[in-house]
Amino acid sequence: MSMMKEALTKPILQNNPIALQILGICSALAVTSSLKVTLVMCISVTLVTACSSFAVSLIRNQIPSSIRIIVQMVIIASLVIVVDQLLKAYAFAISKQLSVFVGLIITNCIVMGRAEGFAMKNPPVASFVDGIGNGLGYSVVLFSIAVVRELFGSGKLFGFEILPLVTDGGWYVPNGLLLLPPSAFFLIGIFIWVLRSVKKEQVEKVEFKITKNTRSVKEAF
Amino acid sequence: MANNDSIPRTLLVAVTLCIVCALVVASAAVMLKPAQVINKALDRKANILAAAGLLVPGESVEEQFKQVTTKIVDLNTGKFTDEMPLKGFEQAKVAKDSETSIALGEDDLAKIRRRENYAMVYLIEKDGQYDKVILPVRGYGLWSTLYGFLALENDFNTVAGLGFYDHGETPGLGGEVDNPKWKALWPGKEIYDDGDVAIELVKGNVDSSTPHADNKVDALSGATLTSRGVSNLLRFWMGELGYKSFLSNLRSGEA
Repeated sequence: MSMMKEALTKPILQNNPIALQILGICSALAVTSSLKVTLVMCISVTLVTACSSFAVSLIRNQIPSSIRIIVQMVIIASLVIVVDQLLKAYAFAISKQLSVFVGLIITNCIVMGRAEGFAMKNPPVASFVDGIGNGLGYSVVLFSIAVVRELFGSGKLFGFEILPLVTDGGWYVPNGLLLLPPSAFFLIGIFIWVLRSVKKEQVEKVEFKITKNTRSVKEAF
Repeated sequence: MANNDSIPRTLLVAVTLCIVCALVVASAAVMLKPAQVINKALDRKANILAAAGLLVPGESVEEQFKQVTTKIVDLNTGKFTDEMPLKGFEQAKVAKDSETSIALGEDDLAKIRRRENYAMVYLIEKDGQYDKVILPVRGYGLWSTLYGFLALENDFNTVAGLGFYDHGETPGLGGEVDNPKWKALWPGKEIYDDGDVAIELVKGNVDSSTPHADNKVDALSGATLTSRGVSNLLRFWMGELGYKSFLSNLRSGEA
């Protein structure tokens, strides 16, 4: 049971897919300008990751290794289409806002990364839990970015006014940059910085280090 | 594990997986279709209201749509007609049927191949008079046909709003036809100048110093072909083959 718990909670801060593995950045930039859309995206990605890991793990002993990536893609793609159809049926307005990004969950490296990295070697239930955990790790980052972007970019949270805007007679001048995708780069960067300052073990080892001079400068000339 | 990699085994797994996945996808698509159709219809109504600038967010679209009168217009005569039943009228079907549409050939500015003889238009009445008219328009952009609504004020010349509800243009470029800021450029523009269709999208900002500023709208940046498509579809639908005679009938009260 402790292994399950670890699979669920470890990806949230310790082994976060965005912050540590730097996967799935594309959608983190694209869909975080409002919380409502972010929430739907997070649920969709979590569900797809969990279900595809489950399905891949279920047939992991049957998959010929020569076509394993294609098999994983087919499973992921089918699930994403199902999610897209569900959104179109029950959350039409949001599915219009998400537009291509639902379809792009297929290319979200987290989904594929978990299928190939975890589900191919582990039993179905553990893979499912691992998928949920990684989905949650993705959600934590997306959510914190979306809170900052929506609050300071448009003065709202979930569409409710928190900081009254100057244009509506309030006092807050919104920061337009936060509504544009590049702002998410800065925010993700800050998130990773804070996380790695607290958890020092996440700092990557420098690959090349310039060694100290062994001879004095005078000698070199 | 090794025998998994034999050719028959690989083929078997691939084919089985494809069949299972196809079944899942197909059944999801078929089962969810009714709910999606309802959503599309509601979205269409919301877009009709939004084009006329009448949509109040948060209130029931069905309830708000009650102020709209739906009528069918014969595009050849430019008058209202009861030849087609209002219920179950589908403009897309009418446009495909060779009996109820004409082939466009060289006049096909909007690149829609056939033009239906009957169109469903939406009218807002105020004090017994038509206050606004909302016309369905469509035309080819860069990748796809853009479907939208053009709302005109009661002089049947001034634009009240333009909005597209279905298109497949590039998000961020041509897809900016949905951008509220761009849509806000439209109200107040005039379609006709001396009886000719004059509305067009032009490069660069349009301000009061631009000649014929009333007929010009700033084009979408980075989306020349989509902008050209929007210009062309307006020219077509506002022209002789489109709603021109209907609009002049409305103006003279003979529709």
